[in-house]
Amino acid sequence: MKNQNYCSLNEKLSEISRRDFMKFCGIVAASMGLPLSAGPQMAEAATKAKRRPPVIWLHGQECTGCTEILLRPTHPSLEHLILDLISLDYHETLNAGAGHQAEAALKQSMKENAGKYILVVEGSAPLKDGGKYCMIGGRPFVDIVKETAAKAAAVVAIGSCASWGGWQSSSPNPTGATGIPEVLKGTTVVSIPGCPPNAYNFLSTVLYFLTFGKLPALDEKARPKFAYGRLIHENCERRAHFDAGRFAKQFGDEGHRQGYCLYELGCKGPITHANCPSILYYAGAGTWPVGTGHPCFGCTEEAVGFKIPLHTQAEVSQVTPAAAHAPIETAQGKGMSAGAAGVLGGVAGVAIGAGAMIAKNLGQSDEGE
Amino acid sequence: MKEEQPLGGRLFTPTFLFCLLFFIIALFLLAKRFMYGLGAVTNMSDGYPWGLWIAFDVVVGTAFGCGGYAMALLIYVFNKGEYHPLIRPALMTSLFGYSLAGLAVFIDVGRYWQMYNIFLPWYINPNSVLLEVALCIGAYVVVLWIEFTPAFLQKMGADSAKKSLEKIMFIFIALGILLPTMHQSSLGTMMVVAGSKLSPLWWTPWLPLLFLISCIFMGFAIVIFEASATSTRYKIADESHMLSKLSGIFPWMIGIYLLVRFADVAVRGHLGLAFKGDLMGNMFLLENLLLLVPMCILFMPASRNNARVLFFSAISIILAGTLYRFNCYLIGFNPGGGWTYFPAAGEILITVGIVSLEIMAFLWFVKRLPIYHRA
Repeated sequence: MKNQNYCSLNEKLSEISRRDFMKFCGIVAASMGLPLSAGPQMAEAATKAKRRPPVIWLHGQECTGCTEILLRPTHPSLEHLILDLISLDYHETLNAGAGHQAEAALKQSMKENAGKYILVVEGSAPLKDGGKYCMIGGRPFVDIVKETAAKAAAVVAIGSCASWGGWQSSSPNPTGATGIPEVLKGTTVVSIPGCPPNAYNFLSTVLYFLTFGKLPALDEKARPKFAYGRLIHENCERRAHFDAGRFAKQFGDEGHRQGYCLYELGCKGPITHANCPSILYYAGAGTWPVGTGHPCFGCTEEAVGFKIPLHTQAEVSQVTPAAAHAPIETAQGKGMSAGAAGVLGGVAGVAIGAGAMIAKNLGQSDEGE
Repeated sequence: MKEEQPLGGRLFTPTFLFCLLFFIIALFLLAKRFMYGLGAVTNMSDGYPWGLWIAFDVVVGTAFGCGGYAMALLIYVFNKGEYHPLIRPALMTSLFGYSLAGLAVFIDVGRYWQMYNIFLPWYINPNSVLLEVALCIGAYVVVLWIEFTPAFLQKMGADSAKKSLEKIMFIFIALGILLPTMHQSSLGTMMVVAGSKLSPLWWTPWLPLLFLISCIFMGFAIVIFEASATSTRYKIADESHMLSKLSGIFPWMIGIYLLVRFADVAVRGHLGLAFKGDLMGNMFLLENLLLLVPMCILFMPASRNNARVLFFSAISIILAGTLYRFNCYLIGFNPGGGWTYFPAAGEILITVGIVSLEIMAFLWFVKRLPIYHRA
């Protein structure tokens, strides 16, 4: 993006420098594995639109951690980007107004932007007893979700609660907490699970949608493949210790202090799909659970996070420890060929024959003496 | 004492023609090597920048050529003039061994057209072992040809020239003892530089000493082998008593060598590697067994008088020395990086061609030049 182009956008971006803005777009593009040129493309899409893309953000049964992760990253201007790139028309935590005023804003936005807005749902919907365990403005949350989703361009379920019910859905699940994809059967609900999810996974998905007008590639659980295509175990920074059989046996022991693999402490890395080890959480080196010395508890994976006890060992199904280590060097050079062996055999034969003949003659001269 | 005489006889014997055939094959492959480069005929690589040609033609070839050196040591340094009849054939094998080693280096060096730079003093790197070997071998080839010149002069009947040359021959004899002492030990030094790339079964700071001792007993073994082989084909003066007496040196020399060899490996704590049952361990055992057996056999005077036993003992010692050099330069050497090496057919055939040339030259020399004392 040229500097003069940026100047015209400066108004919209308020305090964000051009450098920070381009850096942000670059990180987003890179984390999705898109070419470098996608960064500026995303920047243009986000800033050139006549109106900032409207976003309606609903909160169900949750802790607002997903909102927190978007608002409190260490990256200095990310919160500005979130709030200045999109038109956040309704968000219960961030609304300036309250009560009927807020609900009216929701109604108005839905009417004005029908079929254009992005619906983000944070938190699960309780279905038991007519959904009475989560009421907003006198209406069950589940009804609000259904009504809002009907006119949305895209629906995103942020966090594990919205994706598959999260911790409220753990047994005995008294409220009948259910994930949004289950509530909106028949609609594609992009899931960004995690407790909290990585903000970049969310922002990348939204910017991709704005730039290219379509959703990124999704897996069978509608999770973006760029973020949830691989097991944590596959890219873990401690993987070499796993392969070498070096494990921390308990917190604070010698192995734990040496940074050995946390598998025996109950790490769910081998059964959890997420890109945590690849992109970390904002600050860089070490800023993710395993990096701080705590086993992964599988927050992004349904039936793992909040279901399997924290220190129960995961079953390594897909990737088992290597019986033999891959060679660090590849075979080079040429070995014995049939021709070479033949020639060598021939030479040896002639030499042995000649030696035998000489020995025979030597014997005769001995006998002759 | 009678003078040496040409043995005479037909030159183009079946043996000679057989060798000629292989030499022609080698010439064809050499043309390929010089037209298309080393990669066209060899398996040499970035991991193994030297192969069969250096290991056999040069390192083993010059050890085969140590007959002259070993005999000169015995005759001139230890003053055993009784062995003098053996010196000229020994010198001849040295001449061939070293000249062809020089030729092999020329074939082996990738940019052979730059080779003359070795001899330009202003390019000299005085810290290079390889340079020392190159200059030393180069000088020794010249010395060998000078030492051998009397045979040519005798053939041409230039008696006065021969006489004046023989007056200053002591200089070349002295050089002919000094130079191999230097470069044969340096051949060992070269692998000292290889450090951990060489298996601890062979790597030792004592490599130069082991190379020096082994080249001397290989030289004696070659003299016995060659004398035994020629005596069965040609009517030459009986040398068997000299050979028997000469072979009395072996048990002592080999004994000292094996003592140093095993003590060194044991002191460095690597003797266990010999019994691992892998290629390197087995090669180590085979190499030393090939010395231990003839040493024990030749310890008995009776077996030293048996021409056949002596012949096989000499072969065993030659094989042991050959294997030791192959082990040091190729088999025990692992450059890392996953490299493997086995000589290509073309590579082997060129070596075979060079050996054939050696045999042809030998046949021509003994039949046309005064080398041996006739019976």
